[in-house]
Amino acid sequence: MADILTIKNLQVEFDYHNSRIPAVRNISFRIPQGRTVALVGESGSGKSVTAQAIMQILPKKAHVTHGSIRFDDPENGNSAEIVSLDPMGRQMRAIRGGRISMIFQEPMVSLSPVHTVGNQISEALLLHRDVSKSEAMRLSQDMLDRVGFPDPKRAINTYPFELSGGLRQRAMIACALVCRPAILIADEPTTALDVTIQAQILKLISDMQRELNMAVLLITHDLGVVANVADEVVVMYHGQIMESGMIEDIYRNPSHPYLKALMKAIPHFDMKPDERLTPVRHIESSVGELLRIDVDRELQANPVHLEVRDISKSFRIKKNPIFGKSAAPEIKAVSGIGFDVYRGECFGLVGESGCGKTTLSKILMKALSPDEGNIVYYDKTGQQGVDVLALEGDELFKFRRKMQFIFQDPFSSLNPRMTVFDIIREPLLIHEIGDLDYQREFVKELVRVVGLDPRFLNRYPHSFSGGQRQRLGIARALALKPDFVICDEPVSALDVSIQAQILNLLKDLRKELGLTTIFITHNLAVVNYIADRVGVMCRGRLVEIADRDSLFENPVHPYTQALLGAVPHPDLAKPLDFDSALESQASDPASWSAPFRCDESASLELHEIKHGHRVLREA
Amino acid sequence: MSMHYVSEAPFDAHSVEQLTPEQEKLYLASQWRLMWLKLKQHRLAVGSSVVLIIIYLLALFCEFLSPYNLHTRHTDYIYAPPQRVHVFHEGEFVGPFVYGYRYQLNMENLKREYTPDTQNIQKLRFFCRGDGYRFWGLFETDVHFVCPASDGYLFLFGTDRLGRDMYSRILHGAKISLTIGLVGIALSFILGIVIGGVAGYYGGVVDNVIQRLIEILRSFPELPLWMALSATLPVTWSPILVFFGITLILALLDWTGLARAVRSKLLSLREEDYCTAAQLMGARPRRIIGRHLLPGFMSHLIASASLSIPGMILGETALSFLGLGLRPPITSWGVLLNEAQNINVVALYPWLMLPVVPVIIVILAFNFLGDGLRDAADPYK
Repeated sequence: MADILTIKNLQVEFDYHNSRIPAVRNISFRIPQGRTVALVGESGSGKSVTAQAIMQILPKKAHVTHGSIRFDDPENGNSAEIVSLDPMGRQMRAIRGGRISMIFQEPMVSLSPVHTVGNQISEALLLHRDVSKSEAMRLSQDMLDRVGFPDPKRAINTYPFELSGGLRQRAMIACALVCRPAILIADEPTTALDVTIQAQILKLISDMQRELNMAVLLITHDLGVVANVADEVVVMYHGQIMESGMIEDIYRNPSHPYLKALMKAIPHFDMKPDERLTPVRHIESSVGELLRIDVDRELQANPVHLEVRDISKSFRIKKNPIFGKSAAPEIKAVSGIGFDVYRGECFGLVGESGCGKTTLSKILMKALSPDEGNIVYYDKTGQQGVDVLALEGDELFKFRRKMQFIFQDPFSSLNPRMTVFDIIREPLLIHEIGDLDYQREFVKELVRVVGLDPRFLNRYPHSFSGGQRQRLGIARALALKPDFVICDEPVSALDVSIQAQILNLLKDLRKELGLTTIFITHNLAVVNYIADRVGVMCRGRLVEIADRDSLFENPVHPYTQALLGAVPHPDLAKPLDFDSALESQASDPASWSAPFRCDESASLELHEIKHGHRVLREA
Repeated sequence: MSMHYVSEAPFDAHSVEQLTPEQEKLYLASQWRLMWLKLKQHRLAVGSSVVLIIIYLLALFCEFLSPYNLHTRHTDYIYAPPQRVHVFHEGEFVGPFVYGYRYQLNMENLKREYTPDTQNIQKLRFFCRGDGYRFWGLFETDVHFVCPASDGYLFLFGTDRLGRDMYSRILHGAKISLTIGLVGIALSFILGIVIGGVAGYYGGVVDNVIQRLIEILRSFPELPLWMALSATLPVTWSPILVFFGITLILALLDWTGLARAVRSKLLSLREEDYCTAAQLMGARPRRIIGRHLLPGFMSHLIASASLSIPGMILGETALSFLGLGLRPPITSWGVLLNEAQNINVVALYPWLMLPVVPVIIVILAFNFLGDGLRDAADPYK
């Protein structure tokens, strides 16, 4: 197989406050025709910069300092040295988008909102091919059909905002492929999508690849995706290639310490009950005296810690605030959710984007009030529950100490204008706990608990990596010595190499401090690793709830089954079943089969099929 | 067939987390220090701030730097043109001096015509005694940086219709013109933060009413409104009261832009997770606003304030030019330009237009500086 792209000793450097920092250091690899090469690495490893260098769309601050990128066009045998071409020149423009095209992570921002889909697809054709407008439209429609639009004739005149995330990504792919490029660069094409849609998009890319005999450079951090689609793998770390080779070599015989460590850090489904992940970077965490003092929580007669009943919440889309007389449509974000959380357990809440899990977490924290339902919190001392939704003023203020929250985005959850000390001390200040000396000692201890150096207290959050910031967020949440912590996707924004670190930390803290946690996530492998019991949500409903083992061994609800079936495993022996993924419309409640079908007429309820395992179905 | 390549280089899992000394320095820096580092890279802004500092220093020491007082008249030299400073006389080194004037009245167009009299050499004196003044209202003195020869005269920018030295008057005028921008912006800053803050924090009906009010205020043509407002200032007011009246008028019309900036910034910052975090910790609104919201947009406000100072200065200049703003004996650049209203005057004695030059320089400098500040305002982007 001929190599159509050959990268040799490529070095890219960024200007950074009067100095130059290399982002890509002396890397070499090639892309053979018709094959998929996966470029794997964590954020900041230089994989996207490499792609930008190939497309000559590097930001102004970046410079290719040496190396070569040779493109041998299989169509006409021309070869071009991309590094030496003028980025804005005619030759480069012909290659970019015509012979090498690219799709991006976020389909919404990559498509123009003011042009129709057909318009945007045919633009590529008009730029690169000598075709008439009507011919371009016809070819675009043909392309939309191929990428699996249900009604291409209509789709050609729709605007991107009318389409769902999956269809938008399909439109992006149609845009990129309509000129039949020799190479497709896919930069995290499925990261922003739900797992069920991810499988469909991956299948589409490999189908199109076979049809057009093009090469694909797949940039991703997800070793599960790589195992399912790649032929060759290049593993990057800190701008350098650590290991590269055929997929079998990489997965069956990982040799570099980084890759070996990475493989051990990914949670997977067949872990033994007590098996621990080994993070790439180990952290030392120690719970000290100040935090431990009143956390000896003896088991209570009442095992229920939080009781959630029939929570519903709808949103109205607000129209014109002055003339908004017409009735706005109502959207049910959460409907009839009920479950118990037991003392000391980790309750996992799984669902795809838009399923209402974040709305629910906000309701639990009293940041939003539900339309109906109630939440009762049982204190460790008494049998008498506290009606959380009825709390006001001082009582609510006191209740805040019991329940704390860990945010998804480690970047926006810490105020960039405060030092680490001020950030972690803030809850103590608000609740007037201790004097300055005590607070200083306590903050130091909290920082040690999450495995950071207390010398960092004078720093500002921007000096920390995502994982370190997330640990600071955890330290802040622990400052009030809560009994109950809600974690909203705490590892979704982090690299796999750091994920394990945070998961282990949360697991240890839960055990040592006797915390009860709700862990919200879309990642089933993570939930499998950390949760004791799991609830699965879809479209605002809880469709299945069970302890971890019964859920993963015996999923009953069709949605849970589809969800589990669509997870790509970082294991060559367990390939995804692409065909069933392509068929499924699993996240549409109207398409569920007989006893689970959910429409206007159905009266569904959670039905106990085994002790503790309940499924939403007709009674 | 690709071979299995494994990097031989030693591997350190922590290498991505290690910092260079430069990064370390940045990471210990506070918000204001980061802004300063970023501002320093904006050459134009740094240059502009140097220019502004010099101009403000000139205004601060205007009595000392100018050869004459504001109202010193030279009835023999009405409408005298600018003199040039020479150093050599007929190839001979003399030191800084000016030539005296030869004067003649053109009987055809009644223009006063002055020509340099090369025989009349007037050596400049430095750190010399001249007109007396109270320095910063503290003590009486008569020391000047530069004075004309003991029985000579020095009109670097010419004289006006009363024979007053334009150079001295422009320097004195700087004091008023430059402070009116600052005082005005301070007032509109307070108005903007309070009104915009109320709109952004309470939202709903309050926000709606304030937004509409701003739109109404903005839809008035500015000049007639200024004129109408300044016409209401009583004629009996002393010039200093008029000065405050004018600043108040300018501020009353200028706060809308700032209020909008405050409101939109407040709305976007309120959505940040760290504000939610503080709320979930039980923080009261006062703490959230004071600790999290205000520091977040203060830097933006300073940037937009520095961008609206030019508007203030121009407003004062325009009003005074029309004769509706400050009145003599208070002198600003606008008051000086009031003299240049007559097209004849401008055609015959073009140096009366000179006050326009400092206005342009100051406004450009403020704009460039504001630009730089705006770029630096969010160092975390």
